[in-house]
Amino acid sequence: MKITEEIVDYVSVLSRLKLPREEKGKMVGELESILEYMDILNQLDTSGVEPMSHVFPVKNVTRTDEVVPSFDRAALLQNAPVPDEEAFLVPKTVE
Amino acid sequence: MSWEIVIGLETHVELATRSKIFCSCTTEFGGDPNTHCCPVCTGMPGTLPVLNQAVLEYAVRAGLALNCSITKYNKFDRKNYFYPDLPKAYQISQLYLPVCRDGAVPIKTGAGEKTIHIHEIHMEEDAGKLVHDPWIDQTRADYNRCGVPLIEIVTEPDFRSADEVIAYLEKLKSTLQYLGVSDCKMQEGSLRCDVNLSVRPVGSAEFGTRTEMKNLNSFKAIGRAIEYEAKRQIEAIEEGKRIIQETRRWDDNKDASYAMRSKENAQDYRYFPEPDIPPVELTEDYLTETRQGLPEMAEAKVERYQAQFGLPAYDSEMITGQKALADFFEAAVVLGTPAKLVSNWIMGEVMKKLKDCAMEAADMKLTPPTLARLIALVEGGTLNRNTAVKVFDAIFAEDGDVDAYVREHGLEQVSDTGLVQSVVEAVFAANPKSIEDYKAGKEKAFGFLVGQTMRELKGKADPKVVNDTIRTLLQEQ
Ligand SMILES: [Zn+2]
Repeated sequence: MKITEEIVDYVSVLSRLKLPREEKGKMVGELESILEYMDILNQLDTSGVEPMSHVFPVKNVTRTDEVVPSFDRAALLQNAPVPDEEAFLVPKTVE
Repeated sequence: MSWEIVIGLETHVELATRSKIFCSCTTEFGGDPNTHCCPVCTGMPGTLPVLNQAVLEYAVRAGLALNCSITKYNKFDRKNYFYPDLPKAYQISQLYLPVCRDGAVPIKTGAGEKTIHIHEIHMEEDAGKLVHDPWIDQTRADYNRCGVPLIEIVTEPDFRSADEVIAYLEKLKSTLQYLGVSDCKMQEGSLRCDVNLSVRPVGSAEFGTRTEMKNLNSFKAIGRAIEYEAKRQIEAIEEGKRIIQETRRWDDNKDASYAMRSKENAQDYRYFPEPDIPPVELTEDYLTETRQGLPEMAEAKVERYQAQFGLPAYDSEMITGQKALADFFEAAVVLGTPAKLVSNWIMGEVMKKLKDCAMEAADMKLTPPTLARLIALVEGGTLNRNTAVKVFDAIFAEDGDVDAYVREHGLEQVSDTGLVQSVVEAVFAANPKSIEDYKAGKEKAFGFLVGQTMRELKGKADPKVVNDTIRTLLQEQ
């Protein structure tokens, strides 16, 4: 797949990233080299191989439905870039 | 040209587990913002989500009850989107191997019976709540709901009218409530519905372009939104316009829907297998056990109420329509109250009250012992039926004390024939004209005399005693 500046723009919108002009060209190159590597992998014949859904050979890792006291709010909010005393603050998103 | 409406539904149901889907925070509704949260459900880096067994069990129960085939080899997928209601920037969901497929739900409408097919049911996590604060022009994110388990039930485009949609949702809600899988409270967001709608000329085999409507918060809103959107599409097509595939937001106050901005329409979720959750394999034994553990459902109760209590089919269907009513009925009958009397009160006064108060049976405070007591007072002759309804009205809201209310308001029925007789005689003396009328064959006059007597006795008299006394005394005139 040929990466164009339009694709870089589209992916950056989906990822909420603002790329300066000069970085876009760089991204075109980097994304393309990643996809080229995928092309190499795609040359392998994988017909008859089950698609892998998980890297470790484990399954059925579950927990019982029990409530444990939640985290201290102040401690949680410490990690927020902009909190007030009770919530994470984010730029206006709803219409 | 006549048009056919084609509708498919996506229904999100919050599961009634105690803890969240991937962490041990409580799922309890409400709470101060961000107090039901931990590093897992606020998406802190380095945390590891672990699947709640009960979520799996509830999803399988729902699938079995909705006649689905259950996927034995389950896995989760990551649905990527950047929106601050989802702090991880992705939602853990199931795309490729949903837990249930190919279900069927029989429904009944005025137009007859039909089957709605379920395309799939998958498990996923709920998102947080965003509240914009115009004062600081910023949005507050509250992640208490984030990570509450959901199942999304997707139907085939099988509906042809709003009636069918409502009938299906009623059925779905009742089924999930019987299963104990969800409380299905629309006002608390535990049952949410997106409507996919298109129109096509009657007889056409192809589907038209569909729109998706969100933010439908009541069955009433769903009905109105369907009507509105079908009309909008038909008018547009008849004017030669094309329908654009888009997501529309229903505004209940304005009774209209609006296209959401294109940015919110961008649907490129770049799903990939969820690396944090290992696959889940369900054995045949597990499915058999779950199937055997399913509670008695509405259909079985309808049969049993007829066989065990001799209730008419109609009563049985009405009462089992809501699990809370069926539970109420059974609890009152266990107390020794005749089943048909309980059923009459539930179908009459109780349902009327619920409708008037726009209340769910599950939220009703009235308890079975209170209704049982009221019925016992009527049967024992202490209250007449009309007074009992007045007592019911007074005690319904707060489950008041029947005996105390009757005592305080002096409502005991007057069956003392001597007292009734003296009142009737006084009424006769005051209304000689009515007696003339009665003798001249006017039956209406009889009713008038009964009314006058009842009024004198403040409505508390046993109607049968009053009728008998008046008849007897009239013959003596
Ligand atoms: Zn948590």
